[in-house]
Amino acid sequence: MISQDTILSKLPYSQPFLFVDELTSIDENGVAGAFTFHKHLEFYKGHFKKLPVTPGVILTECCAQIGLVCLGIFLLSNEAGQNQDSNASIALSSSEMDFYLPVFPEEKVQVISEKVYFRFNKLKCKVKMYNTERKLVCRGVLSGMIKMDKNGR
Amino acid sequence: MEERYQKLKEIVQTYLPDDVSADSITIQSNFTQELNINSANLVDIVLDVEDAFDIMLENEDMDGMETMEDALKIIDSKIANP
Repeated sequence: MISQDTILSKLPYSQPFLFVDELTSIDENGVAGAFTFHKHLEFYKGHFKKLPVTPGVILTECCAQIGLVCLGIFLLSNEAGQNQDSNASIALSSSEMDFYLPVFPEEKVQVISEKVYFRFNKLKCKVKMYNTERKLVCRGVLSGMIKMDKNGR
Repeated sequence: MEERYQKLKEIVQTYLPDDVSADSITIQSNFTQELNINSANLVDIVLDVEDAFDIMLENEDMDGMETMEDALKIIDSKIANP
């Protein structure tokens, strides 16, 4: 089975657009992971003027990177077996999110994702994000198309 | 055949973008090129087709499903040889 470190190394993101620090659990039905929004992240300069708050679109991205992309890489590697030296190519296809609480700089959030289905390269998940006080920040349904790139399959 | 076509059409029209009318669906319609359905919604159509016709499709079936006619052929062959 693919390790959590390997999954993180296969993510197609880097600074300043990587929103996954760690995965805390993963199996074929879902994933949990965490990210800390450091105060030096570039978007805080403009969202908002003099009042840094994490944009909802970034919270959605964080949910998608942990809940959809990490889980997708895990599921694909299960399908393909070991020794997959390829990278996943992904595209978000739909997002429907509701937001409940703001996330300020330096807050650590936890994302929990539950698979609805993974078929014909489409992964659909229910995602929830919690803050350090275990209060619900946002939740929703995300879908994406995910497959191994040409070097893989 | 006609009954299957109507059933398929009902499924497909729920995934049409706002600017594509249900009247524009014909047997020759190409899902992505003409009806402007994206690949993610095409998966949803396949999943609905599986439920509606009580069949299972494979990845190869999905690859060959470009038009309404392709879909009907696949549905017919799956019903004939489950």
